[in-house]
Amino acid sequence: MARNREILVLVLDVGPSMHSILPEVEKVCSMLVEKKLIYNKYDEVGIVLFGTEDTKNELTEEVGGYQHVVVLQNMKVVDGDLVDVLKRIPRGTVSGDFLDAIIVGMDMLIKKFGETEKGKKRLCLVTDALFSIKEPYEGTKEDQVTTIAQQMTKHGMRMDSVVVRGRFSQNADEKTMDENDILLNIFSEKTNAKMVYVESPTSLLGAIRTRSIAPVTIFRGDLEISSIIKIKVWVYKKTSEEKFPTLKRYSDKAPPTDKFATHEIKVDYEYKSVEEPNKVVPPEHRIKGYRYGPQVVPISTAEWDAVKFKPEKSVKLLGFTNVSNIMRHYYMKDVNVFIAEPSNKRAIVAVSALARAMKEMDKVAIVRCVWRQGQGSVVVGVLTPNISKKDGIADSLYFNVLPFAEDVREFQFPSFSNLPALMQPSEEQQQAADDLVKTLDLAPAGREEILQPDFTPNPVLERFYRHLELKSKDPDAAVPPLDGTLQKITEPDPDLFSQNKYVIDTFHRKFELKENPKLKKPRRHYLREKASGSSDKEDNDEISAQIVESVSNMPIAKVEKIGDSTPLEDFEAMMSRRDSPEWISKAISGMRNKIFDLVENSSDGDNCLKAIEYLRALRKGCIIEQEPKQFNDFLRHLRKFCPENNLHSFCEFLASQQISLISKEEAADSEVADDEARSFWVKMEPKSEPKLEQV
Amino acid sequence: MDLDPDEVFRDDDEDPDNPLFQERESTKELAVYLVDASPKMFNTTCPSEDQKQETHFQVALSCILQSLKTQIINRSYDEVAICFFNTREKKNLQDLNGVFVLNVTEREDLDRPTARLLKTIDGIEEVFMKEIGSQYGIVSGSRENSLYNALWAAQALLRKGSAKTLDKRILLFTNEDDPFGSIKGASKFDLIRTTLQRAKDAQDLGISIELLPLSSPNEQFNLSLFYADLIGLEGGDLTQFLPSAGDRLQDMKDQLKKRMFKKRIVRRLKLSITNKLSIDVNSYALIRPTLPGAITWLDSISNRPLKTERSFICADTGALFLEPSKRFQHYKNQVIKFSGEELSEIKGVSAGHLRLLGFKPLSCLKDYHNLRPSTFLYPSDEEMGGSTCIFIALHRSMVKLNRFAVAFLGSPSRPQLVALVAQDEIITAGGQVEPPGMNMLYLPYADDIRHVEELHPDPDIAPRATDDQVKKAAALMKRIDLKDFSVCQFANPALQRHYAVLQALALEEDEMPEVNDETVPDEEGMSRPGVVKTLEEFKLSVYGENYEEEEAGKGKVSEASKKRKAISETASQKCKEYDWADLADNGKLKELSVVELKYYLTAHDLPVSGKKEALISRILSHMGK
Repeated sequence: MARNREILVLVLDVGPSMHSILPEVEKVCSMLVEKKLIYNKYDEVGIVLFGTEDTKNELTEEVGGYQHVVVLQNMKVVDGDLVDVLKRIPRGTVSGDFLDAIIVGMDMLIKKFGETEKGKKRLCLVTDALFSIKEPYEGTKEDQVTTIAQQMTKHGMRMDSVVVRGRFSQNADEKTMDENDILLNIFSEKTNAKMVYVESPTSLLGAIRTRSIAPVTIFRGDLEISSIIKIKVWVYKKTSEEKFPTLKRYSDKAPPTDKFATHEIKVDYEYKSVEEPNKVVPPEHRIKGYRYGPQVVPISTAEWDAVKFKPEKSVKLLGFTNVSNIMRHYYMKDVNVFIAEPSNKRAIVAVSALARAMKEMDKVAIVRCVWRQGQGSVVVGVLTPNISKKDGIADSLYFNVLPFAEDVREFQFPSFSNLPALMQPSEEQQQAADDLVKTLDLAPAGREEILQPDFTPNPVLERFYRHLELKSKDPDAAVPPLDGTLQKITEPDPDLFSQNKYVIDTFHRKFELKENPKLKKPRRHYLREKASGSSDKEDNDEISAQIVESVSNMPIAKVEKIGDSTPLEDFEAMMSRRDSPEWISKAISGMRNKIFDLVENSSDGDNCLKAIEYLRALRKGCIIEQEPKQFNDFLRHLRKFCPENNLHSFCEFLASQQISLISKEEAADSEVADDEARSFWVKMEPKSEPKLEQV
Repeated sequence: MDLDPDEVFRDDDEDPDNPLFQERESTKELAVYLVDASPKMFNTTCPSEDQKQETHFQVALSCILQSLKTQIINRSYDEVAICFFNTREKKNLQDLNGVFVLNVTEREDLDRPTARLLKTIDGIEEVFMKEIGSQYGIVSGSRENSLYNALWAAQALLRKGSAKTLDKRILLFTNEDDPFGSIKGASKFDLIRTTLQRAKDAQDLGISIELLPLSSPNEQFNLSLFYADLIGLEGGDLTQFLPSAGDRLQDMKDQLKKRMFKKRIVRRLKLSITNKLSIDVNSYALIRPTLPGAITWLDSISNRPLKTERSFICADTGALFLEPSKRFQHYKNQVIKFSGEELSEIKGVSAGHLRLLGFKPLSCLKDYHNLRPSTFLYPSDEEMGGSTCIFIALHRSMVKLNRFAVAFLGSPSRPQLVALVAQDEIITAGGQVEPPGMNMLYLPYADDIRHVEELHPDPDIAPRATDDQVKKAAALMKRIDLKDFSVCQFANPALQRHYAVLQALALEEDEMPEVNDETVPDEEGMSRPGVVKTLEEFKLSVYGENYEEEEAGKGKVSEASKKRKAISETASQKCKEYDWADLADNGKLKELSVVELKYYLTAHDLPVSGKKEALISRILSHMGK
């Protein structure tokens, strides 16, 4: 746990120009702490505000200066109070000096940790940087910032700056803004710092990393261009889905007085043989079976290990190919990144040369990867260049997995140009579509790209953590509505749509939609969706229901007649009733009637099939209960009945299904010999055939 | 890769498409492969890649075998039957002439494909003439009609199950476009009429008939002679049905392969373009990883499958649960409970639609904006007339303007942003390579993206390749160029091996098959002098000389090993300060401290673990005392 501990100081601008966006800052910072409370419980967080009316920090007491900077919270291990504090950040009244605040933040870190905890200390600055910082006593502002940046590097601190711009800073002084940008850039160049600009509340929520995950390499070794040249690389995950937290199952069985109750539920699996449902088969008597079609092939783990595919750990180049050969939609999984071995200058140059040449020539590399020794499969993927824009960062390569032949389904779809003229858009319609595509622009020139994945938070996770926090105060708290800022992600931006009302209206006018009433089916999938937000739960219900069923194999209500909904089950239930011998004959006659009903309406294919199904069940039942005569008489009757009533096809079908009389072999009471049973249908076949042709 | 039950029942709701690409029994398909075995199928050949001639019959069989192999892996619940017509021998339930249903033991005529069936089909060609034989079934003067019989036999095979829940198909392979060409006069008309009626009856029962025509280079298969009527194609469809069948065998095989499987819709989606306007689109999973099938636990004595039962036990009291209805999360030293309804409400940020949010230039879509395999969208006018027209218009605009659409997909398990990228149709001689439509790519959120490139920043400026080095790399790329590379040209070696082993075991063969791994690099190509030269040049350019020696020197001495070496050196020095033999003889070893004892052990490369007594006895035994 503590190995990956993070020590974080939030340096927040609360000056008047920030007031409009502070609610978002509160949200993102409190969520950051909420996540830490779950995933990184030992992290420490401190809060520094600037732009406040008051002044309260140690430096001002020790050396003076540092006005309007308040240490709202000294370094401490995250707890619930911290969330509350961050939810109510006091608003300031003056325009603060971000550099003062950074120094105060650094001072806090140095005083508590000195030069220890290298690489784990982080400052996170949120400001709009609209106002000038004070002139230093000596040297230029640049010199001052450079000195501080050096100190930061020395103490192993990182800094992330989020600069809020765009529509929040319309009346600002551009000269000051530019100056501040240059100053903040020094941090980003000289230190291990990152600076991002955000223009909308939504992207502010996405800009601050709310969960720190220790990066782990999935491969370290050679990228083998060939046996002649190898490049030392490290491979990391570039994207990886941050999942909804896995919640544990809750048990309410522990007495309320038990303070140490875990409330956890253990899941236990038992393997039982089908024949003896009460016997548990121990692990040493179990063997894995692999499916091959309908067969299940048993193979022990040792046997399997001996024959299974065992590639050697390696990453090998297969060759280069044109970018156009690899369509974007063939990317299969989350993305990895290949980085040259850190501080290996030659490897960095080699990767850089490859990346840059790829970029120049529009090429990509195809590689075959086995990340770990003992991995049972290989992946083939594509390397694409990632040219670094920052001086301190080396060039790297992105890696995407490509599909194998087995993974692709080649369905054919009609060409658009071959579709009927009615489905082809007219020139006017095409124009309207062009206009729509042009005007509903999410990446307007000179402005921030809207909904850029890198700055778009996950609305579901945000909502979950908010609800969690609410519930910690009131266990019955309702699920909060989706935050307005996050609605911008799930719904179209009303501003964007209203600005382009004319284009949208034209689009509406040009195209016509007609609902097809005939085919309006109940839309099952939508119904399913509404309920299945809890899909996991539903599935579990299903599974447990099955288990319950198999455990309690006793029919609950006694069946007394063969109904319409589940005739087969009814029949079986009645046949197996032992309280009176009457039930068997009742069941058989009931089933016979059912079959007759169906046969009489057998022009419908479905009925035909059902009748066969029932007939099979009847036959089986009669064999089990040793009542062959009942069945044989019935079948003979059917054979006679069908041709008389023009139901040849049913007979034909019966014959093809090989449902014959019950022979002596099957039931001793039967008066029918084997041969007779087998040839039962043969006799009539030639007769029925010519007639059938006219059907 | 092994799937344990624990994993199968994972709480995390997995990929929403998951149940859909792991086919279930309820969506199974019944198919009859109906193969013309007339002499014409054996006499017509087409040249294959390696200039060998392959007959149309061989082509049809190898396509069927290929598709069965896929079926047995991916969709083993599907049931198939193999039926030849225009045969000399007959074998079918109705005892019709000229129709032969191929089957193997332990299998009904229409049943799930088995290892044995695959093997039989693989070897059928050698014994075909002897055991089944080929002859024209429709000859003038005779009243026999083998095509009619074949359709009827196929229909009978497909009798089982309801057409409402099952897909029933007849796949007809033939190279005869005019089966009744040799017949003259009224009887010809009669034969055609009854055959068409037969086909129509089958179609009325919910059976679809697919024609897979084989044409030869000098003789195109002419649909309009007969088959257009049989499969119910009309004017417009005709042209679309046979996209330029190439001369190459491979093209024909590709085309047949594409038509073997029925398209399955994953979901019907409503794409709302504005608040007032929503169109219908169907989504298809064209690319999904194929995994080896789930394992089934068996009783090792009887080899019978075992039933897995899951029970929930309260960790505090040991009480049994049926199904716990609440979940919880530890938070701030509290136990926070959530009900299923609450969780689904949290996740339900948008009702199951696909909502258009706007458009962006394609350059905004980065290579790392990916999480999962994409899903293909194609419009449908079935429920909402006019959907296709709007879809096509938007599609064309997006292709023309190089833009993609950003939309929000309100799926129940993971609502997320998606990119809709318009894909133009691509057709080659082998048929459609890329269908027209939109590919839906799942975009990551900020929470899912990691900035790992920035983990190891260079204090100064990170080294960059010089122009010369880039030029050398470019030369390399020209040399080692996979010109015709196509995604998915490789078979998955792990999967191939998996199923080859299973097949061998299922058939109780002794020898394990060798599976060719297509994914290994082309060593031969890489060692061609020209390639080697460019490789050497690139190496020299980026690494300079002496790289190997330096690397070798560096690799051996890591920080840890340096430290270890230092310790052992001091230990051996200190070790010399004692007279161990004397100490041991006089029983004075136990007077030394553990640290001192360890000098000896370290110096002699012995383990240093254990208590003092253990150390002493280890020293004594090492000295042979």
